[in-house]
Amino acid sequence: MENLRLLFESPVLSVQLLLDGVLIGAIFALSAYGMALVWGVMGLINVAQGELVMLGGYAAFYLYQAGIHPLFAVPAAAVALFVFGWILYRTVVFRVVEKDLFISILATFGLSILLQQLANTLFGADVRTADAGFGTLFLFGGAVTVAEIKLVSFAVALVTGALLIQFLKRSRMGQAIRATAQNARAARVMGVDTQRVYAWTFGLNAAICGASGALVAMTWVIHPYLGLPYTVRSFMIVIIAGLGNVAAVLAVALGLGAAENFAGFVFGAEYQAAFIFGLLVVILVWRRFWLARERRYLQ
Amino acid sequence: MRIRITRASLLISGAAALMLLARGAAGQAEGDTIVLGAAVSLTGKYSVNGKNTKDGYDLAVERINEMGGVKVGPKSYKLKVVYYDDESTPARAAQLTERLISQDGVKFMLGAYGSGLTKAMAPVTEKYKVPHVEGNGAARELFTHGYKYLFAVLSTSDYYLRDAVNLAAEVAKEHGRDPKTLKLAMAFENDPFSLDVRDGVLEDAKKYGMKVLIDDKLPPEINDMAATLTKVRAVKPDLLLVSGHEKGAALVVRQTGEMKIDVPMMAATHCDSARIAETMPKLAEGFLCASQWDRKLAYKDRWFGTADEYATRFEKRFNYPAPYQAAESTASVLVFADAFARAGSLDPEKVRDAIASTDMMTMYGPIKFDSTGKNTAKPMVLYQVQGGDYKVVAPTKWAEAKLIWPRKLPQ
Repeated sequence: MENLRLLFESPVLSVQLLLDGVLIGAIFALSAYGMALVWGVMGLINVAQGELVMLGGYAAFYLYQAGIHPLFAVPAAAVALFVFGWILYRTVVFRVVEKDLFISILATFGLSILLQQLANTLFGADVRTADAGFGTLFLFGGAVTVAEIKLVSFAVALVTGALLIQFLKRSRMGQAIRATAQNARAARVMGVDTQRVYAWTFGLNAAICGASGALVAMTWVIHPYLGLPYTVRSFMIVIIAGLGNVAAVLAVALGLGAAENFAGFVFGAEYQAAFIFGLLVVILVWRRFWLARERRYLQ
Repeated sequence: MRIRITRASLLISGAAALMLLARGAAGQAEGDTIVLGAAVSLTGKYSVNGKNTKDGYDLAVERINEMGGVKVGPKSYKLKVVYYDDESTPARAAQLTERLISQDGVKFMLGAYGSGLTKAMAPVTEKYKVPHVEGNGAARELFTHGYKYLFAVLSTSDYYLRDAVNLAAEVAKEHGRDPKTLKLAMAFENDPFSLDVRDGVLEDAKKYGMKVLIDDKLPPEINDMAATLTKVRAVKPDLLLVSGHEKGAALVVRQTGEMKIDVPMMAATHCDSARIAETMPKLAEGFLCASQWDRKLAYKDRWFGTADEYATRFEKRFNYPAPYQAAESTASVLVFADAFARAGSLDPEKVRDAIASTDMMTMYGPIKFDSTGKNTAKPMVLYQVQGGDYKVVAPTKWAEAKLIWPRKLPQ
């Protein structure tokens, strides 16, 4: 418990861990938005979520190589991935939507392997990174450092979340998406082209993942096999936050990010993931009892 | 499906068997040629490194034959290698080894590429008591089974970062500090290779009495090292060691730079193949990278001259820069050549004993096997990133540049 003692002795470390965790969480929040959207609207758990993040990273990396500033690469990667997501829907995903959940998991799992291997063949297994040229902020006389790129990621996550809410609320397509989510059959009866709505939803999801991938390429490193943690984290976040609530997704993502960082510090990196999954179990069990109590009040 | 045995098929298979026997008999001493066997990965996931291995063997054989071959007793022999493609799969490698030995009559084996394949081959060569010299299987566990016929010219994986610990101790002494007071932080990936590296570091740290303050094991899917690095900043170690293949190296360079983690000495494995100096020259400045071999080392032998001359010859012959995988493969053949001459016989037992008592200098480095068959004479090379380039700084005896210590925090 040497690490715990360290934490109490210098509280400034907690600030560092909290900041890093929250800022990491923002990137996870992005891919979790997308997963919640696809899951909620299409009833589809996209296991290839992390691979979309990876592709976004490569899109940003190659744009960066071509001399485009990585910050512009974020929207560019989003647009590229939107198109990619649209194509993916029209070629593969439309076959499994509205089918058994198990089939969609299998299909997207297959997609994720295919995308990984394709990326490995096309881009190579090398580890890459795009340097956005941002500096580092010093707080508390240098005891806490924050990479500016992480602040940018955080801002992008907030803005994307806000835009997403506005889009779903106000735009014509957003309304159609919400209608389809409520009841696809009724939406069809009312004249909504649900296939188009699904394609849009999947494209939007890919675009959000693309943006998050671009941020990953600038903040850390990218390689063809980075996807899995993003898929798993988004899944966890969505399970805890629920499907219909963008603000909750953001809050849970930030919380998980911070919890993960503290766990890594106290227990060591090897127990970081184990701690998070333990936490997930605790939250689910606790929520079950909590809901059961609510139900009793109603009776 | 049933197979009908007809007289014709019997005849054919009989003839084939006879031919194989004849070939087998020719295997050990085809007139004045000594045949070495090798199963290397020409296809599959190791195909690139497999080709490096084969090219290394071929260059050695060509050079030795060009210089008149190997003198065994009064007679000179040429060398020849019989290759099979192991398709990067361990089971196939074991099968082919069996075939090389029992059908093709090969009495001397060269190694495959990679620890996994070597691990599959070693029990076979052991069973047939065939000397097996390899240059591409670095796992420590290859040498814990008591194999008598397996020899490795390369440094095993537990040696990758030992020299960083030694270098830190050396520097501490130079600055009037007792190495005992040094503090270590380590972050190693949770995989067999990195855990081997870790074992070696722990042994040497214990030898000096250094204190290990952080000992994190990174999960294979690690994307972020912020938690570990925050700890590093808190405990202020004198030496930070990281092993996590290319990803770990790239991450630690990137994140120590961004978080401004100030440690006087930082070392990692795989950072040359992660191309840290090329892609992040500023952040990588002062980092130490562990490697098996480098062409700039001042090693020399009678076949190829200096390491640099070897590399030049290699590049001329195969049109790509010599990787260390090729150099260690070449060195494996040189070990055989040297042992044949000293044994004065082609009897596998005598050759095995001659290999065991090898004490030679090659362009790849000094070679001397310990009782388990690994080469303990050759140190690992440590590069330091200096001015955006990799400069050999250790072992100090062969170094081309002086270590910059303490490492300056990149601005």
